[in-house]
Amino acid sequence: MEHNATTLSTHEHYDPVGAKLGMWLFIFTEMLLFGALFIVYSVYRYRHPVEFHLANQELNVTIGFINTVILLISSATVAMSITAMQKGNKKLTMIFLLITLLLAVVFLINKYFEWGAKIHHGIYPGSEFLLSLSHGDILFFGLYFFMTGLHAIHIIVGMVILIWVFVRVKQGRVNINRYALLENGGLYWHLVDLIWIFLFPLFYLIH
Amino acid sequence: MEEHKTHISSYGNHLFVLLCLITLTTITVAITSVQLGAFNTTAAMIIASTKAAIVLLYFMHLKFDEKIFRFMVTLVLAIYVVVIVITFFDYLYR
Repeated sequence: MEHNATTLSTHEHYDPVGAKLGMWLFIFTEMLLFGALFIVYSVYRYRHPVEFHLANQELNVTIGFINTVILLISSATVAMSITAMQKGNKKLTMIFLLITLLLAVVFLINKYFEWGAKIHHGIYPGSEFLLSLSHGDILFFGLYFFMTGLHAIHIIVGMVILIWVFVRVKQGRVNINRYALLENGGLYWHLVDLIWIFLFPLFYLIH
Repeated sequence: MEEHKTHISSYGNHLFVLLCLITLTTITVAITSVQLGAFNTTAAMIIASTKAAIVLLYFMHLKFDEKIFRFMVTLVLAIYVVVIVITFFDYLYR
C-alpha cells in the first residue's frame, strides 16, 4: 500500500460533518448575540410598558408582514437549492440561489422605505424629536434601529456568502459529491430568517 | 469509506413547510390585531417559537442530521432559557 500516501496527498481534506459542526458553533454565537438583545428588549419593555405600547403602534405591520413572508420564502428557496444539488441539478441550484438573492434585495428595499419613512418623520437615533420624547420611547426606537439594523447587516453578509456559494457552484467546485459549503451557506441564511421570526412579533405586533 | 445515507427533502416538502410558516405568520398578525392584553404577548411568542422550531427542524435539517447537532442546539437553547429566567427573577423580585 505504498501508493496510499500519494493518493492521500492528491485528495483534498473534506469533512462535511466537521464543517457543519463548525458552522453550528458559529451560529450559536450569533443566536446568543441576538438572544442577549432580546433580553435587553424584554427588560426595558417590562420597565416601560406604556411607552413601548404606544411606540409599537408607530411601526408599519404591513411592511413587517411582507418582509416576514419574503424571508420565509427565501429560506425555502435556499433549502430547495440544496435539494436540487443533492439531485445533481446544477442549473436549478443556481436558479434557486438567484431567487434567494433577489428576495434578499427586495427585503432590503422594503427596509429602506420603512426606515426612510421613520427618518422623514424625525425618528432616528439622536434626533431632536426623539430626544424630546420620554425615556421609554427613546429606548424603544433605539432598540428598533439597532436590532433591525444589525439584522439588515446580517442580510448583507448572508448575500455575500450566497454569492460566493453561487460562484463556487458555477465553477463546479461545489458539486453533488461535496456541497458542504452550500449547506453551511444555507444554514447562515436560515439563521437570518430565524432572528427575524422573533424580531417581527416583538417590534411590530405585540401591543 | 462508510457513507451514511443522506436524507433528501423533496421540493414538495419544503413548499409544505413554507405554507405552514406563512399560515402561522398570518395567524399571529390576526391574533395580535385583537386586543387581548397579556395574552397577545404569550400567543405571539408561542407562535414565534413554533415557527423557529419548524425552521430549525426542517429547513436547517436538524430532524434528519446526526443527533449531535440536535443535542448541541437544545443545550444552547436551554442555557439561554436559564439566563432569561435568572434575569427576570432579578427584575421581578428586586
